[in-house]
Amino acid sequence: MKIGILAVQGDFEAHAAMLANLGVATVEVRTVEDLAGCDGLILPGGESTTQLQFLQEEGLYDAVKQFAADGGAIFGTCAGAILLAREVKNPGQASLGLLDMTVLRNAYGRQLASDVFFGPSKLTDVPIEMVFIRAPIIESAGSGVEVLAEYEGKPVLVQKGNVMAATFHPELTEDNTVHKHFLELAGPNRSTAPR
Amino acid sequence: MDPKKVNGSGGANEWRVKVGLAEMLKGGVIMDVTNAEQAKIAEKAGACAVMALERVPSDIRKEGGVARMASIKVIREIMQTVTIPVMAKVRIGHFAEAEVLQALEVDFIDESEVLTPADEENHVWKHDFRVPFVCGARNLGEALRRIAEGAAMIRTKGEAGSGNVVEAVRHMRTIVSQMKKLTTMRDDELMHEAKELGAPLELIRQIAKTGKLPVPNFSAGGIATPADAALVRRLGAEAVFVGSGIFKSSDPETRAKAVVKATTHFEDPKAVLEASEELGEAMPGIDVRQLEQKDMLSTRGW
Repeated sequence: MKIGILAVQGDFEAHAAMLANLGVATVEVRTVEDLAGCDGLILPGGESTTQLQFLQEEGLYDAVKQFAADGGAIFGTCAGAILLAREVKNPGQASLGLLDMTVLRNAYGRQLASDVFFGPSKLTDVPIEMVFIRAPIIESAGSGVEVLAEYEGKPVLVQKGNVMAATFHPELTEDNTVHKHFLELAGPNRSTAPR
Repeated sequence: MDPKKVNGSGGANEWRVKVGLAEMLKGGVIMDVTNAEQAKIAEKAGACAVMALERVPSDIRKEGGVARMASIKVIREIMQTVTIPVMAKVRIGHFAEAEVLQALEVDFIDESEVLTPADEENHVWKHDFRVPFVCGARNLGEALRRIAEGAAMIRTKGEAGSGNVVEAVRHMRTIVSQMKKLTTMRDDELMHEAKELGAPLELIRQIAKTGKLPVPNFSAGGIATPADAALVRRLGAEAVFVGSGIFKSSDPETRAKAVVKATTHFEDPKAVLEASEELGEAMPGIDVRQLEQKDMLSTRGW
């Protein structure tokens, strides 16, 4: 299995370190060619405005959509979750529309509102660690989207088919629960049609 | 998430979100801006953050006088204009300026040698703050002293406002080679090295194991072209600050975009070539060997 990590800007190295600890090969994705042969793709944290421009200019915007349509697994954290949303507000910006949800950018406030919490999830019996950094809020999620974890009544970890998104940063913790779940989506036993 | 809880606790979670924001800026370009209009241009060009200041370093150098924290009005306007993180500079050791910026809720504070130092012995004790700090360094000892004080990001000092990358290169090479040396040393040699570098033993031991700083390591000071950005990235910088280089050039919009592109594709000379084409004039540069010691900004900080 090989997982691509969008490496235009953001905490792509933290995701790579997490996957390396899980024994999974990764490749940094900066061009459409880099996506070839990947079973899954991670859209890391960072600045969604910066990342979006790169996706559009490098032709990756359409390539990522096609990757998902072909059954590739995608996991977006924070800025990555914003890129995956159907609708982005505060302020509005273009997005891939791969998850039926509306996302509010920087919704908790500025950096001083960044914090760490433990909360329950459907993935495991123990609370998972959630690092929020200038995080967005998932204001609403469509009926087909499964909410895997919530914080203060709002979804923070969601999934539909082969696409999942977190508004927090599991890659900045020692807890690999969320990444393990993503690898199941990308692995040989995945439920979505193989490419 | 209570933004009113402004005093730092020095706790592990607080440290994680400080370094976490620095992690989010990796691979990107942080641009100096002096007003909301420039901030908008920077954001549109793909900057991952902006640094709000009253005068860019090359003007501070030219005009002289005391350089202080930027006007609150300007910083606030910039914060209201862009959605990317906004940083602002305080004078070295001026913790009251830092408290003001924290109350204003800027996202990052740069305790910077570009401004006139307020204290010629002590830096701000940055663990007292919830807002993260970045500090400049010329060598590993300086970097580790700043980290021990609570800096969540290190950048080379370079020679700000010079348009000359030579000092940033010197500082990055020095920090990287000093770290490499630590990884080759025996445990019983590390105490002496800590003494030589003037750095805490605990951090020295940590780097001897990992070979890298415990916080992101960025580059600043004199970066003026896409190839300059690619150069410092190749030497180990995880992201790039561009000060006077953008808005002192003849075509800031194009140059800003070009530097962003070269910073991401730093390992791909073809992409750096594309970024370097059709740029206007770069900012005028200064040969730092012609600068007198008193005019060097990088020697400020202790």
